[in-house]
Amino acid sequence: MSTPIIDTNVFLGRWPFRRLPLDEAALLAKALRERGVKQAWAGSFDALLHHDVDGVNGRLAAMCQRTDEKLFLPLGTVNPALPDWEEDLRRCQEKYRMRGIRVFPNYHRYALNDAAFVKLLKLATERGMLVQLAVSMEDERTQHPLVQVPQVDLAPLVEVIKTVPGVRLQLLNAFRSLRPDLLLKLVNAGHVSVEIATLEGVAGIEELLKQVPVERLLFGSLAPLFYFEAAALKLQESKFSDVQDKAIRRENAARLMAR
Amino acid sequence: MKFWDSHCHLSTPGRTIDERMGRLMEIADRVGVERVVLSMGLPPLLTNPTPEQLRKKNDETMEALLHWNHRAFGLCYVSGEHVEESLKEIDRCVAKGPLIGIKLWVAKRCNTPEVETLVKRAHELKGLIVQHAWQKTGGNPPGESTPQDVAELAGRLPEVPMVCYHAGGNWEAGTRALRPHKNVYVEIAGSNPTAGFVEMAVREVGAERVVYGSDAAGRSFASQIGKVLGTQLPEATKELIASGNLQRLLTPILKAKGMTV
Repeated sequence: MSTPIIDTNVFLGRWPFRRLPLDEAALLAKALRERGVKQAWAGSFDALLHHDVDGVNGRLAAMCQRTDEKLFLPLGTVNPALPDWEEDLRRCQEKYRMRGIRVFPNYHRYALNDAAFVKLLKLATERGMLVQLAVSMEDERTQHPLVQVPQVDLAPLVEVIKTVPGVRLQLLNAFRSLRPDLLLKLVNAGHVSVEIATLEGVAGIEELLKQVPVERLLFGSLAPLFYFEAAALKLQESKFSDVQDKAIRRENAARLMAR
Repeated sequence: MKFWDSHCHLSTPGRTIDERMGRLMEIADRVGVERVVLSMGLPPLLTNPTPEQLRKKNDETMEALLHWNHRAFGLCYVSGEHVEESLKEIDRCVAKGPLIGIKLWVAKRCNTPEVETLVKRAHELKGLIVQHAWQKTGGNPPGESTPQDVAELAGRLPEVPMVCYHAGGNWEAGTRALRPHKNVYVEIAGSNPTAGFVEMAVREVGAERVVYGSDAAGRSFASQIGKVLGTQLPEATKELIASGNLQRLLTPILKAKGMTV
């Protein structure tokens, strides 16, 4: 029997541009459970465009608790381009008991070397919180013409990471734009992990493991925006050891969140 | 479930074409891909090839089949920029050679008389006709077809079956553009595995007109198979998309060539 999965990249709520087959929390929970997912780190689609970030985070926490609190682990959003964002960070941890946050620099329009983002990384790290950074959400070629959002430029992150000792950062949906040399620099600069939702190329995981230590690779599906099976089948498409398989499915994520 | 992949390239690593094919099929076996349709030879893929380059690419595709003709089919790469030379390539590679159809990419839009000439010739030979199409938010390069272009071509040649690769890229607009033209098959390769894609395609054009493809090796077999297996569609519908529809599309040319599957 396969190792249970920790899916580090799921979303709740409504994708702004279409309805999705599993965009009801209960349906998503059932589908993930049926596919062997024991824990799903959940952000909110509302976080992309809403200004009332605390409203988003409060609803996310409640939805996770109400639907399946053992499955869904909520990750609130902090937008350092908005006033009083430090309070949002505080509430994420102290009010909603969140263990990490998910940030969207491209939707929220700031660069990774902006002072406010660097401060956010430091404050989150001081609180012992994981930071997930969504590099993209969809292919720029199919975006709504009024909402054309570029991929996050990760280049400044190499130096920024070095200034935040102890940071735990996970990149989500990174592979459309992330080149191998930059990924290597990021992995070497600090504790940066990636997940596989947008990893492409045949035997993509197998190829990636030639460059990146397995400890930095986590399972992520981007469900319900993506079909969950797309990520699950990537584990089957690549050849690696049982130890690596367990690490990617669950153990790396468990260790990252526990630190 | 077995998959027939309508859209593959020789971009797996390898010192020789045979090594590349061996690696591609080794990985295909892991996820149930039984057959693959290749085109455009070795990387780099050329957007606007010269006649000489077209011949070279087709030679490479034919070489790939040498030891793999029990698992792989090949398409003849042609260009509306070079009609006479492309017609000769169709004669060389399809009429007299082992390839089973034509691949049209981005050299010239498909609603032009030049491309129509090539499509008609391929149809005379009962060949599979595939046309790349993307409708890009940021705009298309001059020679790149949109799904609306494919619809225009299909409307002019209603008796000619043809496959629109990528479902037009923007698959929501693409499937609607292609819906009225029952001779057009919607192929799902080469884009994010966005949930709802295949369900919408089936709803709009019917299960018999949706075809699995991956755009491997640049894309993952897995991410594109996930588009089929991740739906809640009936198993029979999934099987049509996975392999049944492509088998049906290929039957005329395979019969004409005396090939069995």
